[in-house]
Amino acid sequence: MIEVKNLYKSFGGQEVLKGIDYTFERGKTNLIIGQSGSGKSVFLKCMLGLFKPDKGTIAYDGKPYSSFSDEEQRELRKEIGMLFQGGALFDSMTVEENIMFPLKMFTKQRKSEMQSRVREVLERVNLEGTGDKMPSEISGGMQKRVAIARAIVNKPKYLFCDEPNSGLDPKTATVIDNLIQELTHENDITTVLITHDMNSVLEIGERIAFLKDGVLAWKGTKDEIFKTTDETVTDFVYSSDLFQKVRDAQQKE
Amino acid sequence: MTYLHSIGEYFLMLKGVFGRMTKGSVLRNLILKEINDLIMGSMGIVAFLSFFIGAVVAIQTALNLNNPLIPKSLVAYAARQSVILEFSPTFISIIMAGKVGSFITSSIGSMRVTEQIDALEVMGINSKNYLIFPKVIAMLTYPFVISISMFLGIAGAYTAAVLGGFVTSDQFITGLQDEFIPFHLTYAFLKTILFAFILATVPAYHGYYMKGGALEVGQAATTSFVWTSVVLIVTNYLVTQLLLS
Repeated sequence: MIEVKNLYKSFGGQEVLKGIDYTFERGKTNLIIGQSGSGKSVFLKCMLGLFKPDKGTIAYDGKPYSSFSDEEQRELRKEIGMLFQGGALFDSMTVEENIMFPLKMFTKQRKSEMQSRVREVLERVNLEGTGDKMPSEISGGMQKRVAIARAIVNKPKYLFCDEPNSGLDPKTATVIDNLIQELTHENDITTVLITHDMNSVLEIGERIAFLKDGVLAWKGTKDEIFKTTDETVTDFVYSSDLFQKVRDAQQKE
Repeated sequence: MTYLHSIGEYFLMLKGVFGRMTKGSVLRNLILKEINDLIMGSMGIVAFLSFFIGAVVAIQTALNLNNPLIPKSLVAYAARQSVILEFSPTFISIIMAGKVGSFITSSIGSMRVTEQIDALEVMGINSKNYLIFPKVIAMLTYPFVISISMFLGIAGAYTAAVLGGFVTSDQFITGLQDEFIPFHLTYAFLKTILFAFILATVPAYHGYYMKGGALEVGQAATTSFVWTSVVLIVTNYLVTQLLLS
């Protein structure tokens, strides 16, 4: 569980986050949605500790991040898996070495143990037999799945995803979404997912936080987002005709 | 102001580079890989350039010393001094700023652009140490490159001077041993070590702190070459002033 209280962050006098309160629950996919420039990425980077907030606290399982010692911060980072927008695979390493990297860095396992764990997660993301390929030799969707495998290989307690399905075809996007949701339930992970893909919002949005201009404008679930009459939300979520029709159909039921 | 900021940032980066160390076994592999990429990969061009620069120095000296009062052996003396004092350590380092430097900037820069550095940081790895420290250590073997360059430079001078018929082999060997001051080698290798450190860290700084996309990686590599050369030349001037005058 990650509790965020009264979070403020500004860059050069410009306020990006203006007092955010939110709780990310364990074992659920917590989505952050919002327009470009609404502060989603800054919010995520604050939680990861890449940015230092100006005011407010971020507590991991009840313990505020600011009270962590350097050693504790490092320990925490080992429990965090992060899926970057572009995958951020190390392109000088093979798929197998990429996934093995966190294990090699932080555990004292033997090579054979690491290899069997790598095979296990590769199987979990349906990529058996690609271990020897370089990241540049596989498709975008496969790279994303390798990145997921790398993020979960060390059994993280927290999983952060920055637009996991941007630039993917609808089918692969759904596969990735479902994979993230299944992994979250299986391993009881606190998953935080930034997205502006409305498909994933309606598909896996167990908890949704809507950011607008640096404040939390709305929160709810995917069922509630169909019913809400809050105009800022409907403006954003149902900005396309198609989703407008989906919503109308849903409300008639 | 921006220069002051950059200089400060550079030294803060160095603090990070020698800060919390990456796991030893991983670091060892990285260092070996960097030695292969940075040092072994440059051997060919260094050997080629050194040989021909030495040869040209010998020909130029021979052609320009027409006065019969000046002994022919001076050709070898001039070639030895210029190769050992400047051509090998400084000239080759400038070439390396182009080859090794732009390689370091673009490899670190593209990792920055594709968020690989963020990925390292999120995993709790000291990315400065992980990326730059192995390069600094690999560059400690750079003096070996320079000594090979010195040898080949003088060999080139000998080849050109003797085969070109400017001096006899005996005259060249005599000139080569003329008034040799061992301290000149100490000076040359001392500055080589300084250059090696600059060659590893200045381009790394430009790559590590770059912002933008693929186009900016190219720009960063160019800027990095310019600044590495400037820093090399200024360092060369200061060290020469301090040690030789």
